[in-house]
Amino acid sequence: MYAQSLNQQVEGTTGPEDAEAAARFQARIDAEERIEPNDWMPAAYRRTLVRQISQHAHSEIVGMLPEGNWITRAPSLRRKAALIAKVQDECGHGMYLYAAAETLGVTREQLVDELLAGKAKYSSIFNYPTLTWADIGAIGWLVDGAAIMNQIPLCRCSYGPYSRAMIRVCKEESFHQRQGYEIMLTLARGTAAQKAMAQDALNRWWWPCLMMFGPPDAQSQHSDTSTRWKIKRFSNDALRQKFVDATVPQAHFLGLTLPDPALRFNEATSHWEFGEIDWSEFKQVLAGNGPCNRDRMAARRAAHANGEWVRDAALAYAAKERARAAAAAGAA
Amino acid sequence: MSTPTTPLWEVFIRSRTGLAHKHVGSLHAADATLAVQAARDLYTRRGEGTSVWVVPSSAITASDPADKGMMFDPADSKVYRHPTFYEVPDDVGHM
Repeated sequence: MYAQSLNQQVEGTTGPEDAEAAARFQARIDAEERIEPNDWMPAAYRRTLVRQISQHAHSEIVGMLPEGNWITRAPSLRRKAALIAKVQDECGHGMYLYAAAETLGVTREQLVDELLAGKAKYSSIFNYPTLTWADIGAIGWLVDGAAIMNQIPLCRCSYGPYSRAMIRVCKEESFHQRQGYEIMLTLARGTAAQKAMAQDALNRWWWPCLMMFGPPDAQSQHSDTSTRWKIKRFSNDALRQKFVDATVPQAHFLGLTLPDPALRFNEATSHWEFGEIDWSEFKQVLAGNGPCNRDRMAARRAAHANGEWVRDAALAYAAKERARAAAAAGAA
Repeated sequence: MSTPTTPLWEVFIRSRTGLAHKHVGSLHAADATLAVQAARDLYTRRGEGTSVWVVPSSAITASDPADKGMMFDPADSKVYRHPTFYEVPDDVGHM
């Protein structure tokens, strides 16, 4: 329950009192207390959260597009029902996250406008195309697997509404990864052509999935303060390693090969060591030059524009009903 | 490009008969009917509820966090409001 009217009071004042408030704030964070919407918080903490939570929400929304692409072509009713449920979940996750961002004093309309204007970022992974049915398996297994790695620590994020949203998201997300792996397993145990399709999907999604964890720790621009504020609990590289360690044996179980000749198990550290990530590709995709950036934005803009009359009609109807009720009350 | 804002609603769900409605989150909807439908879609996709309440967020009056001490600290010193404050000999048995 977020009475947002209280949110605006603290912005823009600096002085000795703020330093004291900031110290008290950090002490609360250090004591693992959750920060709630109406609590005092540094303006930079608020900005960081609005940026991160809204990017996360945008990612869920744009993330519906690559998978939605295969709903009508799912190979069976069972697969279709699961895929529809998954895409609905992504939409729901976007809604939970937008609501969490809004508790920080931004409106839904502002956030959506920023996405549609191309000012807001979303996860680079959704700018890759889903060329075959196996891509739906690879997305569930790898993309959702990577997302879960990222999201589980966020359940303990210092900001209450974000952490609560993430708990809900993680609960729902676990079916996504399993349904993806099941698709991969079915293909891997199928005909030679089906297995080749699964291998091709793994080849294309593996490296972009490793990029999902963000730039290497040495180059990450937001990490230090986010860690101090307990928004971020593990570094990009640590999460990436965790993902690789969890995923490599799963790939081997499928009988598939990871597209990385440098991949090898280090007995001493018990970690899978992997090859160099092509960060120039990551930067290109972030800069808007990935395979599907323009398609994704065009699809979101079209959806928003095509839904405008529905939003307008709903608001007009609500206004009319209010006016009618007021007139009836006046006449009585 | 800015559009008129759609009202915000807080959603409460009763997970089973016999339990209280519990706050689960919020959503935007033009009116109460649409808010109930959206709450159904958004918060009960896996049988989480048997009943939904939606309340306009603007109708909620919240305590101010600045008043937290004044509001809630007085209860801290009143340990005699808890059963564990009172000593009952073991021989009396469960009470």
